[in-house]
Parts: sequence; structure tokens; C-alpha cells
Amino acid sequence: MPAVSKGDGMRGLAVFISDIRNCKSKEAEIKRINKELANIRSKFKGDKALDGYSKKKYVCKLLFIFLLGHDIDFGHMEAVNLLSSNRYTEKQIGYLFISVLVNSNSELIRLINNAIKNDLASRNPTFMGLALHCIANVGSREMAEAFAGEIPKILVAGDTMDSVKQSAALCLLRLYRTSPDLVPMGDWTSRVVHLLNDQHLGVVTAATSLITTLAQKNPEEFKTSVSLAVSRLSRIVTSASTDLQDYTYYFVPAPWLSVKLLRLLQCYPPPDPAVRGRLTECLETILNKAQEPPKSKKVQHSNAKNAVLFEAISLIIHHDSEPNLLVRACNQLGQFLQHRETNLRYLALESMCTLASSEFSHEAVKTHIETVINALKTERDVSVRQRAVDLLYAMCDRSNAQQIVAEMLSYLETADYSIREEIVLKVAILAEKYAVDYTWYVDTILNLIRIAGDYVSEEVWYRVIQIVINRDDVQGYAAKTVFEALQAPACHENLVKVGGYILGEFGNLIAGDPRSSPLIQFNLLHSKFHLCSVPTRALLLSTYIKFVNLFPEVKATIQDVLRSDSQLKNADVELQQRAVEYLRLSTVASTDILATVLEEMPPFPERESSILAKLKKKKGPSTVTDLEETKRERSVDVNGGPEPAPASTSAASTPSPSADLLGLGAAPPAPTGPPPASSGGLLVDVFSDSASAAAPLAPGSEDNFARFVCKNNGVLFENQLLQIGLKSEFRQNLGRMFIFYGNKTSTQFLNFTPTLICADDLQANILTKPVDPTVDGGAQVQQVVNIECVSDFTEAPVLNIQFRYGGTFQNVSVKLPITLNKFFQPTEMASQDFFQRWKQLSNPQQEVQNIFKAKHPMDTEITKAKIIGFGSALLEEVDPNPANFVGAGIIHTKTTQIGCLLRLEPNLQAQMYRLTLRTSKDTVSQRLCELLSEQF
Amino acid sequence: VVHFILLFSRQGKLRLQKWYATLPDKERTKITREIIQIILPRGHRTSKFVDWKDLYFCCAVENQDNELLTLQIVHRYVELLDKYFGNVCGLDIIFNFEKAYFILDEFFIGGEIQETSKKSAVKAIENSDMLQEPVKSQEDRKTYTVLFFF
Repeated sequence: MPAVSKGDGMRGLAVFISDIRNCKSKEAEIKRINKELANIRSKFKGDKALDGYSKKKYVCKLLFIFLLGHDIDFGHMEAVNLLSSNRYTEKQIGYLFISVLVNSNSELIRLINNAIKNDLASRNPTFMGLALHCIANVGSREMAEAFAGEIPKILVAGDTMDSVKQSAALCLLRLYRTSPDLVPMGDWTSRVVHLLNDQHLGVVTAATSLITTLAQKNPEEFKTSVSLAVSRLSRIVTSASTDLQDYTYYFVPAPWLSVKLLRLLQCYPPPDPAVRGRLTECLETILNKAQEPPKSKKVQHSNAKNAVLFEAISLIIHHDSEPNLLVRACNQLGQFLQHRETNLRYLALESMCTLASSEFSHEAVKTHIETVINALKTERDVSVRQRAVDLLYAMCDRSNAQQIVAEMLSYLETADYSIREEIVLKVAILAEKYAVDYTWYVDTILNLIRIAGDYVSEEVWYRVIQIVINRDDVQGYAAKTVFEALQAPACHENLVKVGGYILGEFGNLIAGDPRSSPLIQFNLLHSKFHLCSVPTRALLLSTYIKFVNLFPEVKATIQDVLRSDSQLKNADVELQQRAVEYLRLSTVASTDILATVLEEMPPFPERESSILAKLKKKKGPSTVTDLEETKRERSVDVNGGPEPAPASTSAASTPSPSADLLGLGAAPPAPTGPPPASSGGLLVDVFSDSASAAAPLAPGSEDNFARFVCKNNGVLFENQLLQIGLKSEFRQNLGRMFIFYGNKTSTQFLNFTPTLICADDLQANILTKPVDPTVDGGAQVQQVVNIECVSDFTEAPVLNIQFRYGGTFQNVSVKLPITLNKFFQPTEMASQDFFQRWKQLSNPQQEVQNIFKAKHPMDTEITKAKIIGFGSALLEEVDPNPANFVGAGIIHTKTTQIGCLLRLEPNLQAQMYRLTLRTSKDTVSQRLCELLSEQF
Repeated sequence: VVHFILLFSRQGKLRLQKWYATLPDKERTKITREIIQIILPRGHRTSKFVDWKDLYFCCAVENQDNELLTLQIVHRYVELLDKYFGNVCGLDIIFNFEKAYFILDEFFIGGEIQETSKKSAVKAIENSDMLQEPVKSQEDRKTYTVLFFF
């Protein structure tokens, strides 16, 4: 047995641990543990009261057993008893057990909190330390409720020992992270900021962690920390390596504190000029030190030094305002790109990615292209190669796109499977974005399919088709290239799809060449048909019918194929239907009709690349933005939402060519109007520039708006020219609204542009698809609006419609009835439940009441219908007074669900109502009461 | 912020676990098992490894945390254990597991570093440990591996 070391010699514990280690098999170990558990149980249950030492020993054994991976379901009470022991070691073991085996038994929690309270009040710093550590370790809501008010006092009290201050700061930080609502800001905040000046560097370090997290959420409260942090940092970086004594780590002065201060500064924009000068000096000093020879060969020295350097570079990038510093940072990272330490190369690639998106350093980053390409070829670790791919993507612009795309393509041949899809997306985006010559683009995408066909997602091949259709200069080339690519004996199914689609549209452009005559084209495609999946076959059938129109000479051949049993009687309904319909179409339709029905596809509207949307979804928006995009997103982000492109746009922005190849379906044809002037994506179209020019609300708009509070369908607006109808449906926090614009005249509306104008604080995401700018006389166009309720909101969006009618400019604004109650889900409940919940919501802010005069006849049935239309459940036989109405429901928002109860008491004699709303959120009670009061 | 720290042997036995994120037990067990399974076969060829003694240290940190410095947190912890046990080895941590926890608490709480000075941390530990000098273990030093993992 090895020497059992120090401590107060719990011999029994050491023997037990030795026994376990000597067990030859898993079974023997389990047997030994069960024996011990039985022994401990009997000791705990026994009549004889255990002394503190024995309790400590057994509790410690239980802990050991737990750490071996066994469940422990007793011993908590004994551990809690240890907490109130006056012996430090017993108390310490008690706290350890409580922290490791957290228990949710409420009685136990009460006892634990009581013990903690006593220790916090003990003024014994070691006991206070134990109690604070326990709170920080457990961090439960119950503890936050009990102690979040107390700990700030301990933290800022003048007589608190330094070590206790440190623990208190981190303890408060933990509670703030788990239950921010329970840690109120207050007088203590300014005193905490001044801890940055404390003499004890340990206190400063702990306080900086706390302040950084608090400042992220409450920047205004903590902005005085900026100048204090800068002066502290300045003192550290200019100190000699011995000045800070034990806070110097391998010749680096206070690296942890430096990093934390630099991190704190990243919560704020660049400071005022005076402070800024000093900060710039600090950052320059850190960059200078990186060039000095190392003071030690130890890896700890270089790691600590570089940790500070990387954090300084992060701050420089965050400020993005000092060109000189940015370029220096870039040069420094450039050196690291060739460093022998893999960690450094990795981190340098990562940081450089962000530098590439700054206009000041983009060019400097580009100078390292050869090194990065080399990293892609030679790095042994896939995560490093991945960063190299990211950096190449970030530094790509028109000047180097061809080189970067070529390198990525060649890397793709051998790339790890895990990152292939992402590389495919990146190549596809770069090829499109920087294509000057679209033949290069087509070649690149076909190469992608050849090299990594399985990883080419639908978005990628839809996109190449859209581009070919929209650019007539590349159509012939595309047809020729896909025809050649299809010659390969084994080609990827995605190539068959692209090839089928493009030949169906533009096969005629190469049909003059006898080597690619119509029949050869058809036979080539049809030779792949039987190897393909159902959706591809469906697409090929559409290609065939397009061929019937393009090449009358192959009509008979194609009709034979369509007529064959394997098509007409295909088990797949979609294939069967296409075969039947196409065959019929080819037989009955005249040449003219065929030519009209099977006309070349109209250009696709220009929108945000769906591939980019996909990459954003895959990696999160921040990682893929480049220079132009960051700028664009800034202007687009009107809602203040963090996600510039919600997932639903991607579905909307790429009409699937296979779904509606011919435009024969019932769905409206793809819009053919000129693309909007800006190509910045849907959100721009919806929210841009027209806010200033919008007309005041149309007369009667408010009344109409109120009518829609309790109903979803109907006419929202009507004048002599235009009628606007609505149809909407809502489910939980999502909704969809169809807006129908009817032209009541016999003249075209031109430049027809409906725009949604949202208040800045609208807590709802609203997306619309653009509509055709021309509305024919007597015609009706439809617009779909998708709505997501993020949090509760008050203001409704305004719909502004502008168009030209017979030479005059028309401008109409109406309020769009998207109201909070639309996100109601009714809840049925019994009388008892209702009143119980009613009482629970008795906080004065939770209730809003309104007494008002009836504006409409007081009809019971109409009132019931309105309450149901409002969205809540109508609860019968709940209120003891049968004349009253009560309702219940839940408002669904993206962030929370809010339970709502309502009660409407009519007074027929006085022709008055009293309406009471109780919900768990004051703003919701307020808004619902306003909305509903208008209804009666 | 560090979400959890795990210390386990080459055989995949957990020696110390400290969670700074509130998770149900089941979830913890699952994460622990998965991590050990990922780490053990990887060896130390990949970039995020540094050779150490015969235990694996694993810190789960956030993406934006300073990685190089987190490495030094692990290093500092081993230094403290060394200082306390006088050249620490795996067995010390088995037989004195509770001390390993106490030392960690003096240095690192709630997922953040509390005291970066070795002297202050050791002093705090010694103050609280009112008992005798450590007895040196005879076990040889072996290699540990430190791992970071995001």
C-alpha cells in the first residue's frame, strides 16, 4: 500500500480506497462498495449518535463512491449536519458533499441555506470563504433568492478581508449568470467599479471578471470602468517583470488580469481621446514586447505572453479604428502563421479571419495568401486546415478569387468528409460573387459536382440554374459544358439534374452541332434516367416535354417513352401524373400552345443568394460575413434582431426549379418583373427608404384595425381604386397573413409597391415576399407575410402602398392588424383552477382594469364570440355570477409564454363594462386590456 | 468562463469533476462518458494537446475564451497540487481526492480564476489545513496530458 498522505488521517477512508484499488474485477469492486454502503447505512441509522469525525469519514466515503460513478441517495442529512460543526475540516467535507451532490429536496435546501447564512454572518473569513465557495459551486436559484442581496454588501464592505472579497465577487458573478433577475443593480455597483483600483491584484482580478459580465448587460452603469481599466492595464504593461512579485507568471506581469482587462474594454467602443491615447500606448507596448527575445524558453512564458497579445489584437479588431494598430496586428499574426507551435498557427489563422473583414487591414491580410494556401496543403490537423479554409474565404476578393477558388477546389479532392459540405458552399458563393466571366462560374460549379457531388446541396445546383437562366451570355456555353460532362460513364445525380434542366431550356443552342443533335441529347439524358431517384426522374420528364417543344423531330421518340408502362403505370404518383399529363399535352396541344406553355423560363428575381443563407445557418451569421456584407447587414438590420437572415427567407428566395418547372402548377408564376434596384435581400425590399414618404394613415384605418382584433379575415381597406383584403392564421408565436390587393379599375397600376413600416421597438419579425409591380385592371395580387412574435409588443406595423394610376401617384397607409392577442392559445380550466391562478396573479402590476361605457349593444352572444375571437378560451360556469364572462389563455412569444386570465363584468343598467386582465407580465396585461376594451 | 473541469486517468477513470454549469446528473454522466471516449483514443498528436503527467485534464471553455491562458490555468493547478503534495502523482489525487477539490476551490471558483498568485493560493490552502506535513509518495512520475477542448 502506498503511503497514505497528509491530512487528519481518515484511516478508514484510506483503507477503503486501497481495498477498492486492490479489487481484481469489476464485480469484486461492486461487492466491496455494496458492503461499505450497507455499513454506512447502518451507522447512519443506528441508535448511537455518531461523532463528527465518524460522520465526516462516512460522508467522505460516500463521496468517493459517488466519484467512482455510483449513485448515492443518502447521506445528505449527515452532510448538512457537518455544516454546522465548529471544526473546520468537518465543515469543509460537509460543504464538499453538498457542492458535489446537489440535491433538490426543499427541506434540505432550507437547512443548507440556514447553515450558509450562519457562516456568512460568522465574520470568520475561512468559514465565510467556504460558504461563498459553496454558493458559487451550486449556483442554484434558491441560493440566489436567499443570498443575492447579501453578497454585494459583503463585497463592498470596508472591513471585508481580501480573500473573502475575491470569493464574494466570483460568487456574485455565478449567481448573476444563473439568475440575472435576482441580482439587482444598486449603490454597490459604483463601489465595485472602484475595486479596479484595489491594491490587491487578486481582488482586482476577481472584480474584473464580475464587472466584465455585468457591463455586457448594463454598459451604461459600468462605463466608468473603462478609464480605470486602462490605467490599471497601463501600470501592468509598463511594469518590470519583478514589480508585481508573485503576480508575475513566468516573467509575464499579471497575464490573467491583463487579459481580463482587455476583455472588459471589448464591451465598449473606443474611449475618449485622452484615455484612448493611453490605451493605444498600452497596445503598442504589448505589440512591441512580442518582438523582444523571450525571457524564458519555457512554454508557459510564451503561452502567457501570447495570450495577452492575442487578447490585445482582439481589442484592436473590436475597435476597428486605428489603421496603424490593425496593420501591426496583421503583421504579427503573419509571423505566427509560420510558427512551429501548432496552437499559435491555429490562433493566428482564426484572428486573421476577423482582421480580413476590416477595411483597414484587408489588404495586409491578403499578402499572406501563399502561406495560408500552404497551410491548407501541409497542416496535419484538420481543425487547423479548417481555419485556413475560413481565412481564404474571408480574404477573398475580386483580385484573388480565381486563385483561391482553384486552391479550394483542389483541396476539396482530399478534404475531410466533415468539412466538405462547407467548402462546397464557400466555393459556390465565391465563384458567384466574384465571377467576371460566367463561363468560369459554370465550370467551377460543374467541377464541384464532379469532385464532391454528394456534398452539393440543392441550394447550390438551384443557384447555378438561376444564374444561367438570368444571363443569356452564358447559356450556350452552359449547355455545351453540361452536355460534355454528361458523357462521363458515371456522373453524379446532381449533374444529371443540372444537365437535364439546362438542356431542357437551352439544348437548342447546341443542337446545330451534329455531335449534339436533339436525338443524341435525348438519348444521353435518357441513358441516365433509370439510375436516378424519383425527383430526378420527374425533372427529366419535364425536360423531355420541353424537348417536344424545342425539337419536333424527337417528339415521337419521347411520346413512346412517356407511353411506356414503366412511365404511365409507374408506382410513383408524381411520375405517373407527369407522364400522363405530358403525353396528353404533346398530343392535343397545337404548336403555338405548346410553345407558350413550354416557353423558356423567365429570369429569376435577384435576391440574396440562398447559398449564403445556408452557410450562415450552418456557421452562424458572424463567421461568414465579409466586408461588404457587414456593411450591408448593418443597413438591413432594422428590427435590431441579431439574425440578419431568418431561415424562412432561404426557402422563399429559391423557387425550386424541379417543383414548378413549367409554371403549370396552381401556384402563382415566378415574378417576372424587373429585379428591385438593390439586390441586398428581402429585408431591404421590405423595409427600405420609403418610411419618410409614407402617407398618413387613411381615414377610418383605426376603426378597421379594431375590427380585426377579434377576427382574422375580411376587407381591411377599400377606396375607389383599391381594395385590400386579409386572410391570416396564427399558431403559437408564428403567423402567416395573406394580403390581397384588388385593382378595382380597368387600368393597370404601375410601380405597385407595398411596404411594411415597423416601429423600431416592434418585437416581431415580419417578412414579406415582394409582389409584381404591375397590377392589371380588375386583377388581384396576393402577398404573403410571415410573422414571428419575439416578445410582447404594442405598436402594429403600418402597410404603405404606393403606385401609379393613370399618371397620378397614389399613396395609401393602413395599420396592419398584427396584434399581441393573435398569439393567444386558449386554455380550458375548471372554476377552482381559475380562481386559484387568479389569486396567484395578485401582484398590483399584474392586474390592469378598465371601466368603460358600452359602444355597442350589450348582446351576450356577440360578447362571447368576441372573447373567443380575441383568442382566449371562454370559460363557462366559472364565475359565480352567470352574467360575467371569464377567459383564459397563453400568449406565445419566441422568448416566453405568458399566462393570461380575463374577466368582463357587464352592468346593463349603467351600460358599462368592467374589464380586468391578470397576466404574469405587466406590459401584456396593459396591452391586452387596451385591445379588448375597444371591442365592446 | 470554464463550464467544467474533468480529470481522468489513462484508463478512463474519473478522478475529479467540477461543474460550473448547472446540468442534471444524467446529462453530466453522458457528457463525461462522451468526452472520455473522444479524448482517450486521440493521443497527443493534435494541436490542442500538451504533454504532462499520467492524467488527462479537460476544461470545457467557451469559444471566445482565451485559449492559451486557459492552458495556463491547468498548469497553475498542477503547480499548486505539486506544491501541496510535493511532486504530485495520480495516487495522491486518488487518496486525497477531497484535498484536490479544496485546492481547486481556493484557486478557481464559479468557472473563473480567483487567485493567480501561487503564494497566496498556497497560503490559503495551508491556513485551512491545520495538519501535518505531506508524506511523499513513492510512485514514479509519469506523463500527464493536458487537453483543451472547446
